[in-house]
Order: sequence, then structure tokens, then C-alpha cells
Amino acid sequence: MSWLSRVRNALPWGDKRETPDNLWVKCPRCQEMLFTREYEANLSVCPRCDHHGRIGADTRLEQLMDPGYILLPDPVVAEDPLKFRDSKRYTDRLKAARASNPHRDAFTAAFGEIEGEKAVVGVQDFTFMGGSMGMAVGNAFVAAAQKALDERCAYIAVTAAGGARMQEGILSLMQMPRATVMTRRLKEAGLPYIVVLADPTTGGVTASYAMLGDVHIAEPGALIGFAGQRVIQETIREQLPEGFQRAEYLHKHGMVDMVVPRKELRETLAKLLDYLSPAQAA
Amino acid sequence: MQVAPGPVSAIAMISYLEFEKPVAAIEAKIAELRTAAGEDGDVDISPELARLEKKSAELLASTYASLSPWQKTQVARHGARPHFRDYVQHMFSDFTLLGGDRLYADDEAIMGGLATIDGRKVMLIGHEKGSDTESRMRHNFGMGKPEGYRKAIRLMEMADRFGLPVVTLVDTMGAFPGIEAEERGQAEAIARSTEACLALGVPMVAAIVGEGGSGGAVALASAERVLMFEHAVYSVISPEGCASILWRTAEKAPQAAEAMKMTAQDLMGLGVIDRIVPEPVGGAHRDPPAAAASLAQAIGEELDALAGKDADTLRAMREERFLAIGEGLAR
Repeated sequence: MSWLSRVRNALPWGDKRETPDNLWVKCPRCQEMLFTREYEANLSVCPRCDHHGRIGADTRLEQLMDPGYILLPDPVVAEDPLKFRDSKRYTDRLKAARASNPHRDAFTAAFGEIEGEKAVVGVQDFTFMGGSMGMAVGNAFVAAAQKALDERCAYIAVTAAGGARMQEGILSLMQMPRATVMTRRLKEAGLPYIVVLADPTTGGVTASYAMLGDVHIAEPGALIGFAGQRVIQETIREQLPEGFQRAEYLHKHGMVDMVVPRKELRETLAKLLDYLSPAQAA
Repeated sequence: MQVAPGPVSAIAMISYLEFEKPVAAIEAKIAELRTAAGEDGDVDISPELARLEKKSAELLASTYASLSPWQKTQVARHGARPHFRDYVQHMFSDFTLLGGDRLYADDEAIMGGLATIDGRKVMLIGHEKGSDTESRMRHNFGMGKPEGYRKAIRLMEMADRFGLPVVTLVDTMGAFPGIEAEERGQAEAIARSTEACLALGVPMVAAIVGEGGSGGAVALASAERVLMFEHAVYSVISPEGCASILWRTAEKAPQAAEAMKMTAQDLMGLGVIDRIVPEPVGGAHRDPPAAAASLAQAIGEELDALAGKDADTLRAMREERFLAIGEGLAR
């Protein structure tokens, strides 16, 4: 709360209101103070240093899809099947994440169109417990792929996660083969599966559905890899090369087809969908 | 057999784990008694020896009947625990090692080849950790690189073409975390290997024989039948890794091992594995041939149960198996 709103709210007359706290945002890379409205109008990309900020599922869907898309229902899964507790209860961590997020977990999918091309888009939200992949994420991914199979349309997954959700133990690991069952079904049905790798995409997510697309698109500067940088450093005890595990590095090493700025993402996807229309023979 | 046999560990070489110290004390006494008796042949030590041996056997059995998840992790990682090459030697009447991914290199952390188990011809693939400093380096401690997973893919696809069932022995702390592994697409190689398992039109039986570490294990364990040794562990991350992230200290690894539910008994309850394979009393490292015989019997039975099923049925079994995991848990 600014001093102005504090003073205003203390006055006995007039409406109590607040100047939005988030009038300004600071670019996490170049530290430039940016007008929130302008930053968001620029798709949460810093106009000064081109840093691609992390965005929530709803913002991503709005950026990519034509208006009128329909959100798929959040899947219902067993909550806290292992009764997991570290310094906090897993159920409390879930509660806290839900308090600041409109969705029940870290993967939200919608069915609609991208510049008139039919598609299901699934978005992983890093702000929800680091985007981590547990049963809810796995089931949302499976349901979204199933929707694409039912509608005979493309499936686009926008990935962002630190990896598996440790609080679900082995059940989180099992989401790797579960998701892969579905990417295989899409392939067999002749439907395009496109992955957009956003910052960061690491661990079990990268080592399953994020690397099985027909086309891999990475956002500029996104951290993408299998192992965490600290783990690698501790294992090999060497300095990591400049730009290691960044989108451009993966492009250079042949793991992604292209690095696409966010403002060109929607048209790039539309163009790909135009080329990769679902095969006639299923 | 065209692969050099791995050194088979003798009990004499066993290093005792912390929780085995009481057993070690009795076994030391037994050895002492034997030495003393050897020097002085007139004393009859057999009643005392029998008493101690019985005590030691009982203590060992009761200790191993109630291992904590963290203790099981230590058993699963025991330096003398049999590995891929030991199983090849004890379980398979023939093994022809095949090498290379045809793209970059041959990764000895993941081995594979044509093998015969009780008259059944199969494609055998698995992690090899090595058993001494030299072999551990050569096999990179069982931590596969992209070329290892790509070799596995090549061998699985070959097995599919020639109608050979695939048997995998999973034993890795995880896929190798290194610069060159990332450069060559570790994540992509693991994802494709998992996909290759799921695509097989021939039977696939996977056995977690030691450590099933994360994605590096899943890549070889996405089978319609997943078996697990009694004291093996299988988890999304090592207990140390989990502890250092969630508790901010690796010293909480025992708690993390408990919380993650990584034992065969826990995973059976969660529907993640299909069968627990018994180990000799005191763990597989105490009697590798007996452990191998137990595993061979289980794998043989599973292969027989899958024999004759057509490709579509097998794929559907595998897909449904994984899609069903977690669905039956209370919501």
C-alpha cells in the first residue's frame, strides 16, 4: 500500500480504496522498472532487455487462442496419497498454492482455435508449486490429449516445470510413461503434437512429453534441460559453459526446431497447424 | 557367453552395513572360534559354533524382515550386490553382447544383447554399475548417457522385429547429469526410450534389481509387467536429493526415504509394481546365485504368462497398466 492510499483510507470520508500495488514491475533480468500495463501489453516481455517473463495459464491461453475457447475441467485426483510431510504438510502447500492461483493445480487446458485452426492447448503454470508434475498435472495432460483425439485436432503443450512433484513420490514419476502413452496415441491417430518449451522446463517433464513433439518451439532464454545445474556442477566439478541449457543452446544442439519470440508465437503455431493438418487416415 | 563374467562377490568380502553391526559381531566371533579350533584340534567347538550360527542366522533374518526404507536403500546400493553381469552369468545360458547406438558411441552403463533364459530367447537390456573401481569407472556407476538409452531403443526395436521378448534389469541411481549428456539430449533420449518400451509389440518384463532412480529407470521400466526385488528401491529422486530440496539438508535422507514410499512393499500397495521377488536372507549380496535363481524363476513365469499374446493386446495391456496407476486411490 502506498503512502497515498494509506492516508486516503485513514480519512473518515470517501471510499476506502487502494492504488494497485502492482502498478510497476521490475524486470527480473535487467532490473528495469516497467509500467505493469505496458509490460503486460508487451506479453510480459521486457521491452528493454527482451527477457521473457513467466506467465500464468490463463494469460498464456489468452495470448495464444482466439476468443471463445473453452477451459477443460480440472481433473479430480487423489490428494496427498502418500500423506507427505516435509517441513510443511503437502496439503498445506497445495492450499497455499491454490490461494494465489485461479486453478486447482499446475496444468490447465482449453479447446478452441488458433487463428481459425482447431486445437487443444495445455499450459503448465510454473507459479503453481514450480509447475511440478504430479497426478493432477498428469491427468490434465492425459485429458487434454484425449480431447484432441476426440476432436481430431492438434494438441499443443506449453511446458514449464522444475520437474516431478516430489511430494507425490513414485506416483509423480509414473506420469512420465502415462503422458507418453498419450503422445503415442496422438502420433498413431495422425494428429500433430507441438511442444512450446517455456522457462524453465527441466527434469521429468523434459524427459517425457516435452521432448516428444512433432515440433519443438522454445521461448528465448528459457532454461531447458534434464539435470539441474547445481547437480551437474557437483557431479563434474567444472564450470558450466555460457548459455548452458538455454533455449538457444538447445537449438544449436538440435533439440528444438526453433526459438520463437513470444509476440510471434501465435502466428508461428497457426502456420504450423496449417501445414500439419490431421492425417486423413487414422 | 561373450561378456567377461563379473566378479561374484563372496561373503568373506562383504562390508557390513551400519545396521548389520550386531550380526557382524557374532559372525566375527564365529570366525575367531574357527581359527582357534584350527590351531588346537583337541577342543570340540561344534556345540558353541552351532549355537552362534543359529543366533546369527536368526538375527540376520529378523533384521532383514523389518528394514526401514533408508536401510533398504543401503542394501540396494550395497557394493557387493549382484549387478547386470552377475545376473547374466547366473541366469542366462547364453548371452551375446550387442553394442553401440549407431549414432555416437557405446555406453557401457547400459548393456544389452541376445540372451537365453531357461530355453527362452530374449533381448536382455540393463544398467551395469560395475563392481570395483576400474569397472565402476568403465560403466560410469550405472548412470546412462543419451547413447546408452539410444542403444536400448535400437535393441528394443530389433527385438520387436524379430519377435523376441524384452527383459530389462533396472539398477541406476539415475541418468548421468553432465554437460555432454545434456548436449546430446539426455532428456530426449530418455523420453524416446520410454516411448520405445510402450511401442513394443512383443512381451516386456522389467525388473528393478537394485536402485530404480528416476527417469533413468523409467526409460527401461515402462513394461506391462514390472517386478521388483524385495529390498530394491524405486523413486522419483534419491532420498538425499529429496532431502536437500525439501528439508534443505541431505542429512534428512532417512526421513525422505520414509516419506517417498520407495520400497517394493509400498510400491506394490500403490499399484506401481506387479510382483515382489524374494531375496536370500540377508539380501541378494549374501548369495548372488540364489538371488539370480529367484529372479530367473519370476521372470520365466511372467514371460510364459505373456507368451502368445498378440502385439495389440500387449500394447493395450501396457497402456492400460500405466493409465490406471493412481486412478484407484481414494479421492
